[in-house]
Amino acid sequence: MVTILIILAIVLASLAIWQLMRVFEGTSKLKGDTSFVPTDAENGYQGKMMFLFMFGYFAFFAWLYVKCVPLLLPESASEHGVLLDQLLGFNFLIITIVFVATHVFLFYFAYKYTFSKDRKAYFYTHSNKLELLWTTVPAVFLAVIIVYGLSAWIDITDEAPENSLTIELYPKQFDWTARYSGIDSTLGASNYNMISTFNPLGVITNGSVAQMQEELKADIVYYQEELEKAPKGGVKDEELTETIAKRKRQLERVSSFEGLNAASLVSGDDDVLVKNEFYIPKGKSIEFIFRSRDVIHSAYMPHFRSQMNCVPGMTTTLNFVPTITTAEMREKTNNPEFEYMLLCNKICGAAHYNMKMVIKVVEQEEYNKWISEQKTFNESIQPAEEGVASEINLSGNEISMIEQ
Amino acid sequence: MATEAAHKNDHHHEETFISKYIFSMDHKMISKQFLITGMIMAVIGMIMSSLFRLQLGWQGESFWILNFFLGDKWAPEGILDPNMYLALVTIHGTIMVFFLLTGGLSGTFANLLIPFQIGARDMASGFMNMLSYWFFLASSVVMVGSLFIETGPASGGWTVYPPLSALPQAMPGSGLGMTLWLVSMSLFIVSSLLGGLNYVVTVINLRTKGMTMTRLPLSIWALFVTAIIGVLSFPVLFSAALLLIFDRMFGTSFYLSDIHIAGEVLEQTGGSPILYEHLFWFLGHPEVYIVLLPALGITSEVIATNSRKPIFGYRAMIGSILAIAFLSFIVWGHHMFVTGMNPFLGSVFTFTTLLIAIPSAVKAFNYITTLWKGNIRFTPAMLFSIGMVSTFISGGVTGIILADSALDINLHDTYFVVAHFHIVMGLSAVLAMYAGVYHWFPKMYGKMMNRKLGYAHFWLTFVSAYGVFFPQHFLGLAGMPRRYYSNSEFPMFDEFVSLNEMISVFAIIGALAQFIFMFNFFYSMFRGPKSSQNPWGSNTLEWTTPVEPIHGNWPGPLPVVHRWAYDYSKPGKEQDFVPQTVPLEEGELDGGAGH
Repeated sequence: MVTILIILAIVLASLAIWQLMRVFEGTSKLKGDTSFVPTDAENGYQGKMMFLFMFGYFAFFAWLYVKCVPLLLPESASEHGVLLDQLLGFNFLIITIVFVATHVFLFYFAYKYTFSKDRKAYFYTHSNKLELLWTTVPAVFLAVIIVYGLSAWIDITDEAPENSLTIELYPKQFDWTARYSGIDSTLGASNYNMISTFNPLGVITNGSVAQMQEELKADIVYYQEELEKAPKGGVKDEELTETIAKRKRQLERVSSFEGLNAASLVSGDDDVLVKNEFYIPKGKSIEFIFRSRDVIHSAYMPHFRSQMNCVPGMTTTLNFVPTITTAEMREKTNNPEFEYMLLCNKICGAAHYNMKMVIKVVEQEEYNKWISEQKTFNESIQPAEEGVASEINLSGNEISMIEQ
Repeated sequence: MATEAAHKNDHHHEETFISKYIFSMDHKMISKQFLITGMIMAVIGMIMSSLFRLQLGWQGESFWILNFFLGDKWAPEGILDPNMYLALVTIHGTIMVFFLLTGGLSGTFANLLIPFQIGARDMASGFMNMLSYWFFLASSVVMVGSLFIETGPASGGWTVYPPLSALPQAMPGSGLGMTLWLVSMSLFIVSSLLGGLNYVVTVINLRTKGMTMTRLPLSIWALFVTAIIGVLSFPVLFSAALLLIFDRMFGTSFYLSDIHIAGEVLEQTGGSPILYEHLFWFLGHPEVYIVLLPALGITSEVIATNSRKPIFGYRAMIGSILAIAFLSFIVWGHHMFVTGMNPFLGSVFTFTTLLIAIPSAVKAFNYITTLWKGNIRFTPAMLFSIGMVSTFISGGVTGIILADSALDINLHDTYFVVAHFHIVMGLSAVLAMYAGVYHWFPKMYGKMMNRKLGYAHFWLTFVSAYGVFFPQHFLGLAGMPRRYYSNSEFPMFDEFVSLNEMISVFAIIGALAQFIFMFNFFYSMFRGPKSSQNPWGSNTLEWTTPVEPIHGNWPGPLPVVHRWAYDYSKPGKEQDFVPQTVPLEEGELDGGAGH
């Protein structure tokens, strides 16, 4: 009903304007006003409007600046971020000058040179001097911007120092897992064929390979039983045969990991996997390694001025040194609930907007204490006592859904 | 002369309704077909943006209008579904970039202006031109059709990066909706290539006597170079789409590798999504200039005509069009600074991208100098053109920040990017397109549009457009990612609720203002006052044709060109314009050339 009324209102309004237009056109014809170009009054009015708009535009800019700048990101919590903020400030200074100056000329000229019958425009086709001027001046400024920008870029993208703490951030639809390298400072090998409920990152260790083999074998047995029950030659029959073949191929690939050298088969045992929040020590270089389980995600840590895409099938990295702990930042921002956040910044599906992790920057001692309290990967995949399974289940969805 | 007469007799036969309005091969009719189709698509794209702005402005609140447009499945109880939100932003982007600002803009003005302004009777191939429109229409129909399927339209963002777009398990929109998107885009590319080849050939071969390349109006230069860019870059998008179709349908792995999704391991290995990004942006960045150059061309014409002054630095303008076109092919990597590309490669792309600022700055300064000491008549077209110069500068300067690979790290995919490209590409091109419609409406329909409504349309559009996009710079600087259905999950964005609300209010005002234009357009088409032959006092050839358009454009022989297109307010001339067909007087120099 409301819909019909609104459509009716729109139709009636259009008809009314249509009628008004006809009356209006009729009267202008009577007055003999058939000129196609704007009248003097219109030109004068629009010229003033242009000039007024300029003030309005600048006022809007100023208002937004005053209102929003206090709400922007707090000072950078990483070493390189300070550099980036300076670079950003420098660039903004230049572009704001250009923006304001060009707009003053644009709108002032529009206002000043409004049409007049008594005047003729100045026939001015070109000026090599002027054109050379505004080719070279921007070129010089751009050269400065390029050199300044690239020196920062080279600095930021430099490889992480030897003694960095390595952390893997592993996204999937729609959450993150962080993996620490444990006592041996080496992340264990991993492969997507190894991913299961108990092994969300597909870490390869002697234990996890054996477990995965068992899981796949159990799967194959289950599907073979289903296949026997299914009517021969049907669609279901084909699907099951295909699934069994796929599982067998996966089993082959998983079994091939047994051939890896002994050292790499144990280095994953002491890895630590955490969800929801992860800790990093202040003042230490952190090297992040990214992979992705399903689609492209992007690890965005705006407080550290850092971002890197996570791409399935390849490994990407970035590194930074955090300089302000969460506690210190809470004081600086006067916000006792402040948290550093990891956001997903590449469209990845329905819950893209809610794919996050809290980053805790703490002093080294607190970090040491925290990491020592975490379960290692080997502990988490051990068949544990009743009831613990759901707690250590890191991949989330599947099991928690069953429990509900 | 004999051939001219023969041509005249051949073509002035009565046409049936179908051959005149539907399967027309006349450039003027095809131009109108592109315009009307583009307008319909634009209304759809605009309504979509208003719908998702409702969600972004008042997050999680219920609006009956959402339910009205999207139904119970996608907006149960008036609350937008997150998958539908993504579908809306995806299709909004696709429609606006491709259907409005590529097909609609180039299709309309290349078809209308190229034969008119170079002095040709029609396009080189009327048949190809007709096919170009029909492929465009088919592609539009498929794209709009994809809105009505059960799983919803494509929703992986307008760039449709795989694996998200390749795997139906990843999101509902990657099912049939994505297939239709790819089919639609393939048809679109065919349309664009047919049109583009035709434009290039026509400009090279069919210029009338005396119309040298350095006497061409800048609108033609822009449309000519745009067509060349399109012909060189769209095939690459086609290959990207084709490989994506293979990955989706035939189990190939061009873009897929090492994926575990929905509890299953996929067997594709060895591909890379980054390959897709390279292929996509190899079109995607030139595409920005496919959108912008025609806009700059239109603006050049309108500003010169209405300033009653020659465009300043005609040759520098041509030079900058060519420079922009060349550079547009070697900057695509700046869309991929955070994909983990080699830092050295990032440096190269930063360098080439920042170079584009130079020809762009030249263009902006030349427009401003054209206004200087002009005699400016504020027709609605002129207002839109000045508005376009403003958005071109406002959006262009933030490009300097985003081109900087180091600064892009923290701004990539945030609202800062949204603000930047909407202002520099979206607004500039849309404003210029309006300028073009107001300026050449008399040439299309032989009628005048209403000026007062034009003024109201301009101011409401211009003010609300800045009201929408200018604040988004600040959202981006606060680290707010684009394509977020809701920001309420992150307390750091809580302070921006009122700003987002304001943006949405502007968006809705801006959207409503477009109906003033629609009304003016259709009203004037039927009831507008009859135009005179040259209502703006313009120099270019299209204003020497009869008010009532005829097949073959000129009733007699083709006009002969004696001078450049910008002899406005030339000293020693009585009128403040000298049409291109007027012979040079003895001792008179041709304006742009020579000195």
